[in-house]
Amino acid sequence: MQKFSNADSGDIVTEIARRIVENRAYLSDIDGLIGDGDHGVNMAKGFSLAAERLRGEARSLSASLATLGDVLMTEIGGSMGPLYGVMFSGFADALEGVEAIDAAAFERMLRKGLEEVQSIGDAKVGDKTLIDAFVPALQAFSAATAKGESFPLALKALIVAAEKGRDSTIGLVAKIGRAARLGERSRGVLDPGATSCAIILRTLAEGAKAKLGTLQKRNVMEAQL
Amino acid sequence: MQRFINNPDFVVDDTVRGFVKAHGDLVKLADNPKVVAFAQAPVRGKVGVITGGGSGHEPAFIGYVGRNMLDAVAVGEIFSSPTAKSFHDAMKIADGGRGVVCLYGNYAGDNMNVKMAVKLAAKEGLEVLTVVANDDVCSAPPSQREKRRGVAGEIFMWKCGAAKASLGGSAKDVQAVAQKAIDNCRSIGVGLGPCTLPAVGHPNFTIEAGKMEVGIGHHGEPGTHVEPLKTAAEVARDMVKVVLDDHNLPKGTEVAVLISGLGATPTNELYILNDTIDEEIQARGLKVARAYVGNFFTSLEMVGVTLTIMALDEELKQLLAVEVACPAPL
Repeated sequence: MQKFSNADSGDIVTEIARRIVENRAYLSDIDGLIGDGDHGVNMAKGFSLAAERLRGEARSLSASLATLGDVLMTEIGGSMGPLYGVMFSGFADALEGVEAIDAAAFERMLRKGLEEVQSIGDAKVGDKTLIDAFVPALQAFSAATAKGESFPLALKALIVAAEKGRDSTIGLVAKIGRAARLGERSRGVLDPGATSCAIILRTLAEGAKAKLGTLQKRNVMEAQL
Repeated sequence: MQRFINNPDFVVDDTVRGFVKAHGDLVKLADNPKVVAFAQAPVRGKVGVITGGGSGHEPAFIGYVGRNMLDAVAVGEIFSSPTAKSFHDAMKIADGGRGVVCLYGNYAGDNMNVKMAVKLAAKEGLEVLTVVANDDVCSAPPSQREKRRGVAGEIFMWKCGAAKASLGGSAKDVQAVAQKAIDNCRSIGVGLGPCTLPAVGHPNFTIEAGKMEVGIGHHGEPGTHVEPLKTAAEVARDMVKVVLDDHNLPKGTEVAVLISGLGATPTNELYILNDTIDEEIQARGLKVARAYVGNFFTSLEMVGVTLTIMALDEELKQLLAVEVACPAPL
């Protein structure tokens, strides 16, 4: 069974924050096309604040996710603060007490996060929101594991589906949120929320994959010894 | 970008600090620096009336905190909803023991954060009633009024709701009258020039020279159409037409009119507009009982204007007449 350690994986969250901050201008620019152009700014502010709180402390993945969720919910506001806030808090809740994270635990984490997002927002697939990246990513992950694919391959499927879902928003008309006021004019550009969601999911999956890789190497080495 | 700012990430904090220094006789900062409260809040035995919203609309929202006005305001980043925590903290500081009513505008972020804050308050045994403003006519057709944005009509909603509270109304009374006020309001915006979020650094939309955008939102949300810039009289007539066609008021109805600049419109031009707006309203057989002309609800440095018309009945007229002391010119 492929697993990675919850306790040793808090740095995945720091990496998510780094990637969001790195994309600050990009996310704001695409938001400027159909929103008010502050998505990257607000996201970067929240994620860097969380990274600040996590700095220098070796925390578990679940504790780091909880900190990130808490910071986004209490400090960021807008729509993305509560949506991503409850998503990361949901991730954290699902992983709490889990020592070794296997594909089933990872899937429970994703599912709980999605449930939390859907409990405060009304978006469905096709509304041109972060849901368009999140739902297919989760579906691809669970379909891959159901087929008996390895954890790393399921993570790969998740990344591909998240980005395909993100790209699908180009052809969509926004039904919810600020861009919805544009109607037909919102078609033709990426949704900023789906874009940041794809970044988050990719970084999370790549982080998990890297952890599985090192664990496997260590197992091989231990077996050789 | 030519602006008086320090670190663009902290414009709101800097704004609020300066605001509280200027109006210390009327307002105070809560422990949460993103909550501005009436200096004497909570007022014992009075229903607390609060709102919250993104910054960049000054004097809204913080300018409407004061005596016989709002008890507290949750402050968001520029054009971005306050956090659930800030809404919750505003509810707590406004709680004088008779409940709290939160009167806010219809935006996705505000809806979510208020919903979460109401839940947090309920957990502590504080019941918070809400009213959502949706007065912006051009943001959705009449059949989908629940989707319309809240704009400057919120000021009438706050004024009437807060006045009812100060006259001893219950939380339900305040909610009912605030709902009536916003139901009686219709608004429209016209934009001539864009605005720039300081942290973004470039205008967040464009309006070509010689053009105007009709039905524009408070954050530059696109309107219904762009057309060549007309004279003030023509623009005024168009605005009154859109608003009153949606309103369908019987002849003889008394109305209150609020004309607000969006941040970079010379005040004299607001009076030029009012000249024709007043004439047009009277020509439709309505009576202007009260007109407010100035910068009440702005959008950073947008060039443009909003017109709000509220149909009055005796109760709303009396509530509008209640004297207030708040930093905004009301």
